[in-house]
Amino acid sequence: MVIFLRLAAVWLALVAGQAMAADAPEQFDTPALAARYDALNDVLRCPKCENQAIGDSHSMIAADMRASVARLLREGRSDEAIRHYMVERFGDYVLYDPRLTLRTWLLWGGPLLVLAIGLAIMVGVVRARTRSRDTVSALAPEEQARLDDLLGDPLRTTNHSTDRRDPS
Amino acid sequence: MQRRWLLFIPLVLFIALGVFLWKGLDLNPFARDSALIDQGMPEFSLTALDDPTVNVDRSALLGHVTLVNVWGSWCPTCKDEMPQLLALHHKGVRIMGVDYKDTRVKARDFLNQFGNPFDVSVFDPDGTLGFDLGVYGAPESFIVDARGVIRYHHTGYIRPEDIQDTILPEIKKWSSS
Repeated sequence: MVIFLRLAAVWLALVAGQAMAADAPEQFDTPALAARYDALNDVLRCPKCENQAIGDSHSMIAADMRASVARLLREGRSDEAIRHYMVERFGDYVLYDPRLTLRTWLLWGGPLLVLAIGLAIMVGVVRARTRSRDTVSALAPEEQARLDDLLGDPLRTTNHSTDRRDPS
Repeated sequence: MQRRWLLFIPLVLFIALGVFLWKGLDLNPFARDSALIDQGMPEFSLTALDDPTVNVDRSALLGHVTLVNVWGSWCPTCKDEMPQLLALHHKGVRIMGVDYKDTRVKARDFLNQFGNPFDVSVFDPDGTLGFDLGVYGAPESFIVDARGVIRYHHTGYIRPEDIQDTILPEIKKWSSS
């Protein structure tokens, strides 16, 4: 029981500590500014915490970044300028939606590239198949005649067996 | 039939993808290139760690190749890094310490206890210079050339072997240019 109470006390201390660690929410003059703040917090990735937006993270750097976003918004900077400000410092990593640059072209172009390779292979296979079918069916004329004979060409059968009229 | 080897292409692709992903498992997600390589050291105006009345700015870096080390007395790894910084200091490397998110008293105690390898010490209590350097933890080190351009970024802790393997060669490289 004593142990249980102690554990509960530790847990409460931890929870309280976390609650205090979360900084006071930013106040903005207009709801539009607050909405842009929330949106930016969702698209900027915390550099410390691998896969959390800065709006979701309790880490020190995420709090600093949120404070910077708020300050820059109040200074009247555009969303693009704020994203650029963060990329200048923390690299493309901070953008969940990375820009198209020399370094990221493969990220954007990769799927198209793979699709193009796939289509090229498909076209190649189809062409090769068509060609091989053509060569198989290309028999010499006498071979073709013999084949027709063996298969009993209905046209020839008509000529030979049913048309017995004498020429007039 | 002579094209039978083409049937192995999917297997080869699969193995290549497997190797690629396997390698990825070992990558350190924090070992990313700094966005500031080949950029000028950010402007800053802070005070000296040992004297709040003395101002330090970017000009403190001009004229010498400097190792800029971001540290804090709150950072356990920084303690382990101090012997390496002292060794570099004794080899004549100019080091600027950026005391990141710290208090002067704790920082002074730390340097008294573990030694002071810094030729210049800047006090950055709010982490503003750290932020402009793209720092999100300590320690972090940058090599800044004599014109104040950031030339090299060392992610995290400088290990004893890094002194000879990377730090000294990089310092030499940028001193001669």
